[in-house]
Amino acid sequence: MKKFLLSSIIIIIGITFLGRLSYLQVFSSSTNQVLEDPAIKAVYDYPERGYIYDRNGKLLVANDPAYDVMVIPREVKALDTIEFCDLLGIDKEKFLKELKKARNYSPRLPSVLVPQLSKEDYAKLQEKMRHYQGFYIQKRSLRYYDTSSGANILGYISEVNERDLEQNPYYVQGELTGRTGIEKQYEDILRGRKGVQYIQKDRFNRDIGPYKNGLLDTLPEQGKEINVTLDKDLQEYGERLMSGKWGGIVAIEPATGEILSMISGPTYDPKLLVGRDRSANYSKLHYDTISKPLFDRSILAEGSPGSPFKTINALIALQEGVITPETTFTCYHGFYVGGRKRGCHCGGGNRNLHSGIYKSCNAYFAGTFRKIYDKYETTDEAMDVWEKHVKSFGLGDFLHYDLPEGKRGRIPGKEYYDKWYGDNRWSSSYIISNSIGQGEVSVTPVQLANMTAAIANRGFYYTPHILKKVEGKDITNPEFVAPKYTTIDKKYFDPVVQGMADVYKLGTARGVQIPGIEVAGKTGTVENFTKINGVRTQLTDHSVFVAFAPVDNPKIAIAVYIENGYFGSRYAGHIASLMIEKYLKGEISRKDLEKRMLEKTLESEYAKPYSGEEFKINERVW
Amino acid sequence: MSGSSVLKRIDWLSIFFYALLVAIGWLNIYSTTFSETNPSIFNFDALHGKQLFFIGTCIVAIVTILALETSFFERFSSLFYIVSMISLLGLFVFGKTIAGATSWYDLGFFNLQPSEFAKAATALALAKYLSDIQTDIKRRKDQLYAFLIILIPALLIIPQPDPGSALVFFALVFVLFREGLPLFYLLLGFLLVLVFVTTLKFGTIWVTIFVALVITLFFLLKKKSFKIPIFPLISAALITILFSLSVNFVFNNVFEQRHRDRFSLWLRLEKDPQKLEQIRKTIGYNTYQSEKAIESGGFFGKGFLEGTRTKGDFVPEQHTDYIFSSVGEEWGFLGTASVVMLFTFLLLRLVFLAERQKNAFSRMYGYGVISILLVHYFINIGMVTGILPTIGIPLPFFSYGGSGLLFFSAMLFIFLKLDSNRLREGI
Repeated sequence: MKKFLLSSIIIIIGITFLGRLSYLQVFSSSTNQVLEDPAIKAVYDYPERGYIYDRNGKLLVANDPAYDVMVIPREVKALDTIEFCDLLGIDKEKFLKELKKARNYSPRLPSVLVPQLSKEDYAKLQEKMRHYQGFYIQKRSLRYYDTSSGANILGYISEVNERDLEQNPYYVQGELTGRTGIEKQYEDILRGRKGVQYIQKDRFNRDIGPYKNGLLDTLPEQGKEINVTLDKDLQEYGERLMSGKWGGIVAIEPATGEILSMISGPTYDPKLLVGRDRSANYSKLHYDTISKPLFDRSILAEGSPGSPFKTINALIALQEGVITPETTFTCYHGFYVGGRKRGCHCGGGNRNLHSGIYKSCNAYFAGTFRKIYDKYETTDEAMDVWEKHVKSFGLGDFLHYDLPEGKRGRIPGKEYYDKWYGDNRWSSSYIISNSIGQGEVSVTPVQLANMTAAIANRGFYYTPHILKKVEGKDITNPEFVAPKYTTIDKKYFDPVVQGMADVYKLGTARGVQIPGIEVAGKTGTVENFTKINGVRTQLTDHSVFVAFAPVDNPKIAIAVYIENGYFGSRYAGHIASLMIEKYLKGEISRKDLEKRMLEKTLESEYAKPYSGEEFKINERVW
Repeated sequence: MSGSSVLKRIDWLSIFFYALLVAIGWLNIYSTTFSETNPSIFNFDALHGKQLFFIGTCIVAIVTILALETSFFERFSSLFYIVSMISLLGLFVFGKTIAGATSWYDLGFFNLQPSEFAKAATALALAKYLSDIQTDIKRRKDQLYAFLIILIPALLIIPQPDPGSALVFFALVFVLFREGLPLFYLLLGFLLVLVFVTTLKFGTIWVTIFVALVITLFFLLKKKSFKIPIFPLISAALITILFSLSVNFVFNNVFEQRHRDRFSLWLRLEKDPQKLEQIRKTIGYNTYQSEKAIESGGFFGKGFLEGTRTKGDFVPEQHTDYIFSSVGEEWGFLGTASVVMLFTFLLLRLVFLAERQKNAFSRMYGYGVISILLVHYFINIGMVTGILPTIGIPLPFFSYGGSGLLFFSAMLFIFLKLDSNRLREGI
């Protein structure tokens, strides 16, 4: 017993230690050593963010150096506060408050005392800085905008939040990341890759040399410059036209799917979200819940397409062989559905495909729509066919363009109506409104523009996209350079396009012809409703227009959606014609029209629902 | 006797373990103190250079010890003891103060720590006293004398202040147990520690309940024929409860705040996790850092000279008391486990050697050496890995420090010398 006492104790101690050590070193030891190690500090070298140019190489976004005054509270020595505050351009209370905040955060680590000095203040301060111990100036790079347009598409950058940090281990606290638009979509390209240097620290947080002799250090990789597909001049011009109006304009080059302009009204100057007033400005935009400037209507506003959708129904009917261009329907200044009359403004009489389109005859398209459904034994079958055709134009689902936001729109299928009316308890009469683009179909302006591009191309489209070149090299993403075919044969497009061309010559948009350019278009006047104090109230119609030009060799396809602009030709048609002229000719020959479009606003129209008073809609103001 | 005969009969296995420990220890000292600008191992301005010099000194001392007459140590052990006690006393007058403790003589090139010397001397003196033909450890009077031999140096060292080193001397009671002191004392000591810890952690109430439970069980399980010693049982229970009460009093009134903090950290007495974390990072700073450093080494370690916390001096005293944390960081679990095994093997080997002594003095001295090494090793690694409260004593053969290395080595080799001579003694 006595002999074994000490040996037992020695063995027990050994086992205890091995247990403790395996607990510490085998079971608790974490893997990400370098970043958690308090003895290693990572010092980052940030590359400049890539510039953004338009399709013609015109600068849109660049960088602007900004200067933050930093403080390390522990190192601050007695100073002439009044003089220093004077230089910084802040008062003493603010200075002391900020200093206290910094000290509370950490006495050892640098904090921002005054963010984003102007270049002038910086110049003044720079030479005197060495008198103030514990303070220094840190250079940062801010976005500089060489345009006041395109705020929502270009997007903005802001500091990473907790979620970004969790999702992407690349970022560390305090770094910037693209938050919306192109800045977000192409963050990886624009950002480049920061360089890192690992520094070995001692327990007093002093540098004592590189960690592992710099073996793990990396050099920064420059951010790449990109060309976007936007036409800077057209974009800026469109935004001017849009002033005082709500809605969206999207213009696409049909031959490539490149987005020439993407305008949302109302918009704001992208410069507002940079610099010292950023958060105040952002709040102002964010809390404007009536006009919603941060809401990009060109890609997010879903609404009924209105009459432009008639062209799709015509194409489907031709493809299904239920009509020929010569098939006629009689318009009795409207048509009858289940004993109820629905109105039409075309003037009445016999309509064929051609006049049906350019006069936008509701009765003609109601008849056409019924014929599609009559072809099949069951409504379900017909619905599937119709849905398949419509969706082949990129409607009813995300287009998968390269912007981080989007909406599906809605092309209802049989399930939708089964849910609404019950299985087999509905027929084409129930859904006849879809024939004229009212009903249950809804689209976004970008979908409408893409649909127009598909018609312009006579049967196919390229997925709309915003990125044109990276570092001067054209993109090769197959998603964007391969055509997507619709289910309609090429030959059926010609009569429809002919009708659209005559919309300008003979039809609903006679007033907006562009001298020397042959345009094909289609007006739309969309009834819409809102709820005021719970009461469904009709508002002035939305003015919609789609067009492409020139008819034979389309360079631009455009969709204009002006909320509460009344007739399709009134606002949308005029704006579309100005945009087309601007893009194809570079300047506007019709100065009077241009002046009128720039000056007219719809503010009074938008104020109506909020006035609390009775109001009239669809007033003939001019 | 010729030198070669010592080399033939000495226990080379122990020497092998010893040499490995010293070498690994030096490598880690080198790692904690080297600088990239002057990485030479012979840089005598750096601590690792000095330690190399101390290792050289040790070899000289070892050769001298092996060359001496075996009987020299037994004959002069009383003298060593007296000299060491005088040197401890002398500290009160001539001592040099380093880090608040007056524990050193300044010899110019080197600071001598007489408490290290006293450990070896006390082990010798105790062995000498106990092996005396007239001493009978079963006698109260002899027990008292033996305790006094241990107690005197401890009492001289406590006021330096160096309670850690003083504690080491009590390890020598293992020698007494080996030589026949009833194990009852050991059991008693163990029970006292148990009551102390239980009281701090759970309070006197639970100690009382536990005692009541034990007595009840005793009554329930006893054999019919067994006569219950009621009076001793009741008094033992009362003493336990009184002791438990006194623990609270001593803890709150006699201990200083820093001692209380160490215990509250060790036993996790602080319930608020935030406050506990705060204590861990302030009072428990050293242990916190060393635990983190060991943890960060993982299974394989970061590699020799690659320990970032070691380089950044994150663990205070990492070349002396906390040297084991650098083993943990740079060599990982493989390294720490190897060191623990080496100590275990060396100690077991020494127990084996002690047990085979025919000469009582040699055996008792051997046990003294083992006890002292064991308690250093146990307390040091226990502290560095955070399972024991902070008690600042070095890790034998490992920690930086000339006196420590020299006297640990001397102590060990005196025993190996005695062992090499065991056959002759037997004749």
